[in-house]
Amino acid sequence: MSKLGIIINGLIKENPTFVLLLGMCPTLGTTSSAFNGMSMGLATMVVLILANIVISAIARFIPDKVHIPCYIVVIAGFVTLVQLLLKAYFPEVDKSLGIFIPLIVVNCIVLGRAESFACKNGVIDSACDGIGIGLGFTIALTILGACREFLGTGAIFGLNIMPENYGALTFVLAPGAFITLAYLSAVFNKLFNK
Amino acid sequence: MSYIIMIIAAIFVNNIVLAQFLGICPFLGVSKKVDTAAGMGMAVAFVMLLATLVTWPIYYYVLVPYELQFMQTIVYILVIAALVQMVEIILKKSMPSLYSALGVFLPLITTNCTILGVAINVINFEYSLLESAVYAVATAFGFSLAMILFAGIREQIEVSDVPKGMKGTPIALLIAGLLALAFMGFSGIDNTLKVMFNIG
Repeated sequence: MSKLGIIINGLIKENPTFVLLLGMCPTLGTTSSAFNGMSMGLATMVVLILANIVISAIARFIPDKVHIPCYIVVIAGFVTLVQLLLKAYFPEVDKSLGIFIPLIVVNCIVLGRAESFACKNGVIDSACDGIGIGLGFTIALTILGACREFLGTGAIFGLNIMPENYGALTFVLAPGAFITLAYLSAVFNKLFNK
Repeated sequence: MSYIIMIIAAIFVNNIVLAQFLGICPFLGVSKKVDTAAGMGMAVAFVMLLATLVTWPIYYYVLVPYELQFMQTIVYILVIAALVQMVEIILKKSMPSLYSALGVFLPLITTNCTILGVAINVINFEYSLLESAVYAVATAFGFSLAMILFAGIREQIEVSDVPKGMKGTPIALLIAGLLALAFMGFSGIDNTLKVMFNIG
């Protein structure tokens, strides 16, 4: 598969949110606005790319029996890195994403890609896979966040589109997350998986 | 009394699945039958209590004195992974009946974000050890409640006529959304109770 093919594969055919349904907790928990969704997606993407690169490089040296704990340590290391960077440079983002940043460790997307792709492929291919899946995740989260923000407050990325009092607050709160994702994945199914 | 309010808040008001969005993967994944949902709920309750009781002292007696709080994520996930493995081995030897009941769910729990989430939450909320234990058990009950309700509805959906595009996950998510909507009806009762009994 070409490098571009790997990236596109992650974007559409194996889109982590709409097709594989992995990493649902941050998907639902952080998409109360388009900006929050995007920052969560980007944070996960950074971890995903770095973890994919390192795991694909060291996979050969890890005994088979302990490979999962080893992968988790690598992932947790990068998550801590991202967490500290966010705390230092983007304290606002860190505050609004809260507990979901440390929980990237248990995001099934990251461990899933390590298990199913990075440990069998080269460093560059794995980096591409990380970019593709990460972008797919980021785009999905941004779309979901934008839909919820628009339906809930009439704004996208904080920009007011509709008049002041427009919006059903439910979509920003918990139930809206489930309902919006339900319809979005139905639409995605219709468009791409016939 | 404050413990009772905390339990009510953790089960109904801030339900871990329907209000905090933790543990969605098992919530969607193993909720096709009521039996399996209950089994998963039991396994989570067991591990959650244990994990909280182990990680709380580690944080306050190891990480804080040596100023290693930034290592929290790494240490916690390793401790939880090891703990789950150990529970599996011990149960297999000493309580085979419980092991076969929890069986397949135990390994899944390592990557269940509720466990790590609660372990981190009790630190963020600055709970004492006893409060943490109560919070963990109550949260696990909330998780089981949501799972069992959801599984019950899904069993009915299996036999009903769902539009083609909505089959599978979309309809499941929609049900979860309606459940969350129902649980929103509980919001605020913890504060009302606090005012009623004069607890800060």
